[in-house]
Parts: sequence; C-alpha cells; structure tokens
Amino acid sequence: MRNLLALLLLTGAAHSGEPALDPTALTRLVHQDCGSCHGLTLKGGLGPDIRPETIEHYDAEVLTTVILDGIPDTAMPPWRPLITEKEAAWIADYLLKGDTQ
Amino acid sequence: MKTLISTFALAATLGTTAIAETIATGDLGLIIERAKGSVLLIDQSERASLARIEGLGDLSHASMVYSPDERFAYVFGRDGGLTKVDIVERKIANRVVQGGNSIGGAISDDGKLVAVSNYKPGGVRVFDADTLEMVADIPTGSKTIGLVDAPGRRFVFTMWDTGETWIADMSGEGAPAITKIPEMGENPYDALVTGNGRTYITGLFGEDGLTALDLWQDNPKPIRVLPNYGRGQKDMPVYKMPHLEGWALTGAEFVLPAVGHHEVLWIDANTLEETGRTKTYSQPVFAMARPDGRQVWVNFAHPKNDTIQVIDTVSKEIIHEFKPGPAVLHMEFTSRGHEIWVSVRDENKVKVYDTHTFDLLREIEADSPSGIFFTARAHRTGL
Repeated sequence: MRNLLALLLLTGAAHSGEPALDPTALTRLVHQDCGSCHGLTLKGGLGPDIRPETIEHYDAEVLTTVILDGIPDTAMPPWRPLITEKEAAWIADYLLKGDTQ
Repeated sequence: MKTLISTFALAATLGTTAIAETIATGDLGLIIERAKGSVLLIDQSERASLARIEGLGDLSHASMVYSPDERFAYVFGRDGGLTKVDIVERKIANRVVQGGNSIGGAISDDGKLVAVSNYKPGGVRVFDADTLEMVADIPTGSKTIGLVDAPGRRFVFTMWDTGETWIADMSGEGAPAITKIPEMGENPYDALVTGNGRTYITGLFGEDGLTALDLWQDNPKPIRVLPNYGRGQKDMPVYKMPHLEGWALTGAEFVLPAVGHHEVLWIDANTLEETGRTKTYSQPVFAMARPDGRQVWVNFAHPKNDTIQVIDTVSKEIIHEFKPGPAVLHMEFTSRGHEIWVSVRDENKVKVYDTHTFDLLREIEADSPSGIFFTARAHRTGL
C-alpha cells in the first residue's frame, strides 16, 4: 500500500509542473545540435572541445549558466529559449561525467 | 586441350564480364551517413540507393569533392580523415588521417590536388589526388574555413580567428605561392566562390556583413558587402552556422543567408549592392538556387529545422512551405534541377521531390543522413 502511494506520488509529480527530463532526447540534443559547433564527439569544431578532461575545472553551475545564457560576443548562443533550467543542469552534469562517446 | 578450352572459356567470360560491368557514374552520388561513418551510393535516375560503403570515421559535418572522371569521391571527415572512395568498385580506395579536426576540402581545377582545411592544427594541407601523399602543408595559426578551388590551380581559404584570406597558387614548382589578404572582417565562418571562379565571398559572424574578393585582380582587396545589414535589429541566437557552400546565383543576383536575422539577402552579382531581402521562417542554413536560377530553397537551424521554404526569384516571395520531417540537414538538386534530394536526419530518410509540382516522389532509407553529393559536382568550380 505504501509502495502504491509512493508510486502514485511519483507519477503525480512527473505529470505536474515542469515536464520530466528525457535523457534520450537530451543526449541527442547534445551530440546532434551542440555537436554542430562542438563536434559529434564533442572534441571541438568551430566551438571549443567540451569533453570532460577539457572542462573538468568548471563548476556544474557555471556550465549551466553558460548553456542557458550563452557567452556574449562569441558564437555560443543562449539556450534558455529552448530548454529548461533543469535540462541545462542535466546537460552540464552529463558533459562533466564524460559519458559522451 | 582441356586447358586450352578452359582458357578460351575464361577469356570469353572475362570479355563479356568486362563489358557488362561498365558502370556509368554521371547520375550517381553519395550520401553522408554521419553517425555511422558510412556513405550511401545512390542512383539519381532510379531514385534508389545501390550500396553502403563503411569505415570512413567521424562524418559529422563531412563533405566531399569528385575527381574529374566522376569515379572517385574525396570525403573530408571531422576526425581529420581524408577518404578516397571508388564508386565504381564500391569500396574505399585509400584513406589517410591528415589532421586532428577538419572541416572541408576542395579539388584543384586539373583534378591533381586535393586540399583539406583544418581547425586543428589550423591550416590547409594539400594531397596528391592519386596517392593521397601530402605535397604541401600550409599552417595558418587559425581555424581555417571557406576553402575553395579557383582557376589556375589555386586554393582560397579564410581564417576564423584572424580574419585573413589566403590564396595559395600551386601552379608552379615547389612550395605554393601565398597571397595574404588581411582585414576581411571579424570571425568569417564560411565562404564561397562563384561558378566562374571570379568572386570569393565570405560571411562574417562577428559583424553584420560579408566581404568579397575579385580573384581576377592581381592583388585583390576586401570589398565590403552589406555592412551593417542588421542595423537597428536585435540579433537573434544562432543555433547552427549558415553554410555558403551552396551559393545561389539566380540570374543576376546572389542569395545568401543572413546571420542572427531570419531572412535571406539578395545581392546584385556585378555591383555587390543589396537588391532585396526576404523574411524567412527562422535562421536560414542553406539558401540554394535551383540550377536554372528560378527558385531558391531554404532550410533552417535548430529548432526549426523540420521546414523548407521555396522562394521565387522573380518576385522574391515565398511560394511554397512544407515540412519534410525532423532535422532537414541538406538539399541537393539534380544537375538540371528537375528534382531535389533532401536529407531528413532524424527520420533516417532521404526524400526526393519534384521541384515543379513539389510532389514527394520517393523516400530512401539512410542512417542519420546529412550531406548529399551528386557526381555532377565534378565539373563545377567551387563545389
């Protein structure tokens, strides 16, 4: 019964407020769309290398801000119009963890 | 005697086979399958895929050029791989990894040299088209973009970081003769050369405008084109850089994608003055003219990359808009323009449309398709 309640709460949470994170879609976004500048394997292109060994000295919060607001006077655009803060935080974490191949 | 008969039989068989296997390549092409590291051999007339050739490495943002005989494709991969594909024997003929991070290439007018531009190490490397042995290394100290061929065994390319364009003349013996043109503008992101090899135009990311060079001059000087074209407008985020490879010359005008503004720009081909603008659905990536110049087809950056708009070049108005599917990455016209092939990456399909009726004619399965390249490019400068 308690399990059922937890399950209901969990399901309820997922359906209210912000949409649930979709790791498959976000992973695809990182490689295909971030990848159009940073490379499909994220080793860099017109944009810099963003593999974990290159960006490990950044805090996740800093990366999240860069993703959301871009870097002025560079080609890095703000992604805030397209993704949520939670999604940006997920991407920052994903990039730092290095499961990017 | 028995042996003699066998020999005769063998000769007869070989003779017949040799004739039967004559393969005409003029209506063939290759499609980049970017995630899989393969290319798909396609037949334009049959609207069909014939074979998959694998083992080309990281093909994100890959492009290619063709040998003059339309037998070999030189595929430029993101991982620095330069792969020579034999489309007659449907196999890789040769492959070298020439740099760490490359972006595109070109083939000389005589078909003897293949040049590759690299982000890392920044510069251009030139290879013997036959053997893929390196014949020249031209470091530029910058991410190098917009590499094209120009008449007279020359290559022209531009530096993202330093804003210079260099012309490498390979017509003489020994090292290439380099002409450097500084002050092309801030952060050039791509460039094109017109079909007659005269005008080289680079698009700028760091400022509004484009910069042209007249390659018929001995010492070309930068010519500003549409400086401050976005003046008074707020720049919108650019989620994918436009491409200028598919330059669009429609009669007397060029059509080019704006950067940070949702429009295409019309420029008089002779005076390089603006002749108009057409508002588009989103940030254009490719603006490609049908070979007869009557239409321009435009695709768009993420997240609006499911749509194509078709512009009539006489009225400069959008005459057709449709959604081929998720992630339309590239378009290639047949050489006379009666059909267009469209890669729809996230649907794993290439779709073929009639450019007069806009009817969908065929869908072809492909794995994350991006660039589509017909062999007819072999005979065009700058492609």
